[in-house]
Amino acid sequence: MNFDSYRIRERADIARLVLLGAFLVLIGAFFRTQVLQHEKFQLKAATNRLRPIQLTSPRGSILDRKGKVLAENVPGYSVKLLAQSTDSLRSVLARVARFVPLDSARVTDILQRYLQARYQPALVFGDASFDVIAKLEEHRSLLPGLVIQAEPKRLYPAGKSIAHLVGYVSEVTEADLNADRYPGAVLGSIVGKAGLEGEYDDTLRGIEGVRYIEVNARGRLVREEAASASLPPTPGKRIVTTIDLDLQRFVDSIWPAGVRGALVAMTPNGEIRALYSAPTFDPNHFVGGISSARYPPASPFKLAIAAMALKRGLINLNTTMPEPCRGGLRLGNRVFRCWKKEGHGTLDLIGAVAASCDVYFYQLGLRLGLDAILQDGVLMGFRDKSGVDLENELSPIYPTSLAYFDRLYGPRHWSAPGTTLNFSIGQGENTQTLINMVKFYQGLAGPGATVTPYIVKPSSSRPRSLGLTARELDGLRRALIAVVERGTASANRRTDLAVAGKTGTAQNPHGEDHGWFIGFAPADKPELVVGGIMEFAKHGTTVAPYVVQTLRRYILGPDVTGPVKLGVLLDETVTSQDTAPRPIELDPDSAAAAKAAADSARRAEPAQ
Amino acid sequence: MRNPSIDRQLVLVTFGLILFGLATLYSAGQTDVPTRAAGAWERQIMWVGVGIVAAWIVFHLSLRVLEWVAPALYVCSLLLLGIVLLVGTGAGTAESSHSWLSVGGHQIGQPSELAKVATVLMLARFLSGRKEPPRSLRDLIAPSLIVGVPCLLVLKQPDLGSALVFVGIYFAMLFWTGVRPRMLFLLASPVISLLLAFNTLAWSFWMIIFVIILIAWRPYVWDWVVFLAANVAMGAVAMPLWKRLAPYQQNRLLTFLNPEVDPRAAGYHAIQSRVAIGSGGWFGTGYTEGPQKRLAFLPEQHTDFVFSVVGEELGFVGVLVALSLFLGLFLVLLRIARRATDPFSSLAVFGIVGLFFTHVFENVGMTVNLMPITGIPLPLFSYGGSFFIICSLCLGLALRVAWDSRQSGYADT
Repeated sequence: MNFDSYRIRERADIARLVLLGAFLVLIGAFFRTQVLQHEKFQLKAATNRLRPIQLTSPRGSILDRKGKVLAENVPGYSVKLLAQSTDSLRSVLARVARFVPLDSARVTDILQRYLQARYQPALVFGDASFDVIAKLEEHRSLLPGLVIQAEPKRLYPAGKSIAHLVGYVSEVTEADLNADRYPGAVLGSIVGKAGLEGEYDDTLRGIEGVRYIEVNARGRLVREEAASASLPPTPGKRIVTTIDLDLQRFVDSIWPAGVRGALVAMTPNGEIRALYSAPTFDPNHFVGGISSARYPPASPFKLAIAAMALKRGLINLNTTMPEPCRGGLRLGNRVFRCWKKEGHGTLDLIGAVAASCDVYFYQLGLRLGLDAILQDGVLMGFRDKSGVDLENELSPIYPTSLAYFDRLYGPRHWSAPGTTLNFSIGQGENTQTLINMVKFYQGLAGPGATVTPYIVKPSSSRPRSLGLTARELDGLRRALIAVVERGTASANRRTDLAVAGKTGTAQNPHGEDHGWFIGFAPADKPELVVGGIMEFAKHGTTVAPYVVQTLRRYILGPDVTGPVKLGVLLDETVTSQDTAPRPIELDPDSAAAAKAAADSARRAEPAQ
Repeated sequence: MRNPSIDRQLVLVTFGLILFGLATLYSAGQTDVPTRAAGAWERQIMWVGVGIVAAWIVFHLSLRVLEWVAPALYVCSLLLLGIVLLVGTGAGTAESSHSWLSVGGHQIGQPSELAKVATVLMLARFLSGRKEPPRSLRDLIAPSLIVGVPCLLVLKQPDLGSALVFVGIYFAMLFWTGVRPRMLFLLASPVISLLLAFNTLAWSFWMIIFVIILIAWRPYVWDWVVFLAANVAMGAVAMPLWKRLAPYQQNRLLTFLNPEVDPRAAGYHAIQSRVAIGSGGWFGTGYTEGPQKRLAFLPEQHTDFVFSVVGEELGFVGVLVALSLFLGLFLVLLRIARRATDPFSSLAVFGIVGLFFTHVFENVGMTVNLMPITGIPLPLFSYGGSFFIICSLCLGLALRVAWDSRQSGYADT
């Protein structure tokens, strides 16, 4: 070694320079990382350890017109799991399953959700009972990534009596998100489905908040982040409906068990007071889908035929038809029967409505012609939805023109007169929803114009006039009063309330006929229009008592109305019938014969 | 001072580093998730005690005793390295390697740490025994063998980090003994050639420059031939050598260039360490408060990545303080080496500087991705008994050299 002190000093100087240079490089690297790139790494550190958790906004409550609660929120709990990988989630779920029941289908579902959003906690139980929470909390140390969150839970105090009306809430589906059906909703959002919850979801839902939790490298929750870092949810707005919860509950209480059907009550200015559908369900534990249905409008449609004829000036209230009712009308080689075999004899319009005489309306229909029936029906709104502010309303079926039948059956394979007769008594290719028929009767009960029914917000569309004079309207109302006073629904006549209404029996090729009754009261100054339909009820008269009781409950109050006799539905002794009979075939049908018959009917019309 | 001949600067800066290290180790154990680091600082205090005793013993040994024992120590450590290759076990980040010597299931130490000191002493003894510094490659054969044998044995474990330390010792001591820097550069040139060989154009440029350098510096003819041949050979074997590497080894090198290549596995340490350090900013997140460490995102926070805790919790300012202490230590050791009474002492102390410096630069450098990740500890900071004792021995030796030079009146005022 060259050890002279000059050389050593020289080397020491070089070594010092190398050391200083190396440390400057290190310090430079730290300066770059810690000072220049500080913000980038701070953000990375935050995303490392902070996980956003959605905070469900409390949904707005739904109230009836008097402020009674249809839907509100109560505290509930959700259970979620944070996980690093599918495998770790699976193993934690296996441990969860040791404490609370968890089937394999649910596990598959949870894993699928996890794959959609890995950095968010996967939802295990949306609404966990206190028992489940207690058990999981007890074994928290075995369940890394467990997040238990207090969350507002939807409660429907009126339960099944309002199910179809309010709808229900559930987690938004991927299909909904893709279709952007719920603006602002993200994966995991709770949204309203069907009914008012669906229709007014925007108003009710509010804006979700977010909070951050701190997790460690294994994805285990360490602590809640300071409240300042979280964004509180904005609660949804409440909505006040036109519903009368007492009336709604009353309908539910009188409705016969096991019978499918529906009942709608609305005021003459379109406010819906009750909307009931059976079979119902408990919206608090909803699983299936909501049904809504269309039925042939049957005899209640005769009022529409009468209104068309009056509007066109073909008849007046006292007009009689050329053929008196002898139990049927012969058309070509077929006899179209009246529901009353003995016949009604000669009737004027009011008498025909009261007795629901089919033969009268066959002739009236032929006088109007199928074209006019279709045209006017469309104008009266039988082709449109009622427009009520509820999700998933079905469209009625009503043809716009004769071309419909050509398309359906082929140009020469249907008979215009036969179809006309069917339409005249509310059968044929015409099916209506209950609410649409009630809307029409509300037009008759009110000032002669149908208004769009509503539950929360009145529709902006203008009332649709039926085109009847006050005298004609009054006459039709008198006819409807007569139905209850001495006609098909006379069994329901009560001294305390004058009810006007119309029974109907819709042909059902699949079994017993369906029963209709639409009525309003008080007959002279209507306050409520109520329509009811029961499937397989055989006759409209079966339904009438329920509708009448609903009217009495609303107008006369709770003290007057007793329970409806439940035996009515199966009571074979009901005499006053209103069926829509099927025509009797005399000969193999021929279109020519039918046409000739129609022509002869036309010739019989009085000269205008 | 009771004993005015003790080098107070060395003692002060050493205890400063030890206390800083213990404080950092304590913080490394403060996590929200139970980790192995939890009680490390308490056990480290015990090792500090053992280390002080070891340093005190070395301080009382004459350098002549060390010089005399060096060959035996060197042979012993080679034997241990050989044994550990056969029966060694892995630990920590290097579970699959053979670097630990275990007796009855207890890991009692890493022979590579002992081999580093033994090599320093052996090389010091060899170089100090020669009148002239090595001038040609032939002169360098013996020193290269002295370092090369333990280096290759360590590389076989495999422990790339420690192998790198031998290279650091080798170059430092050759420089201190008087080998000309241009010779050192020529010695390092095959490595440059190897690295540049992955880009043909860059390698071609390098070869042209290298030939010009050879012509300008005019080394011995045989050296000329060997260096050129080595550079060409390195350029040729680079690709085949790369392909022979195991995929995980390739990954390690690739993740050094870009950690995001494999953020969950190979790049995880590099990324998490930088995130922790970067989030510290100027003043850090506060002592014991670092979230990345607390939540166990920072791996090996009490051993290889202990310096990342300093970066996260004490920020750039804390890093400056720690690095200043290390720089201070090196400058003090450099002064001691410069003023040593004899070549052996001087070379030994400078060898220790080379050993420590390689550890510090590699360890601190890898926490900010300046260096590839190799699992070597940070002197006086990282938890670990055998390495702390080795460090204590080295510093005890340096203290003795300083004492000797003061006793002989060589000390400055």
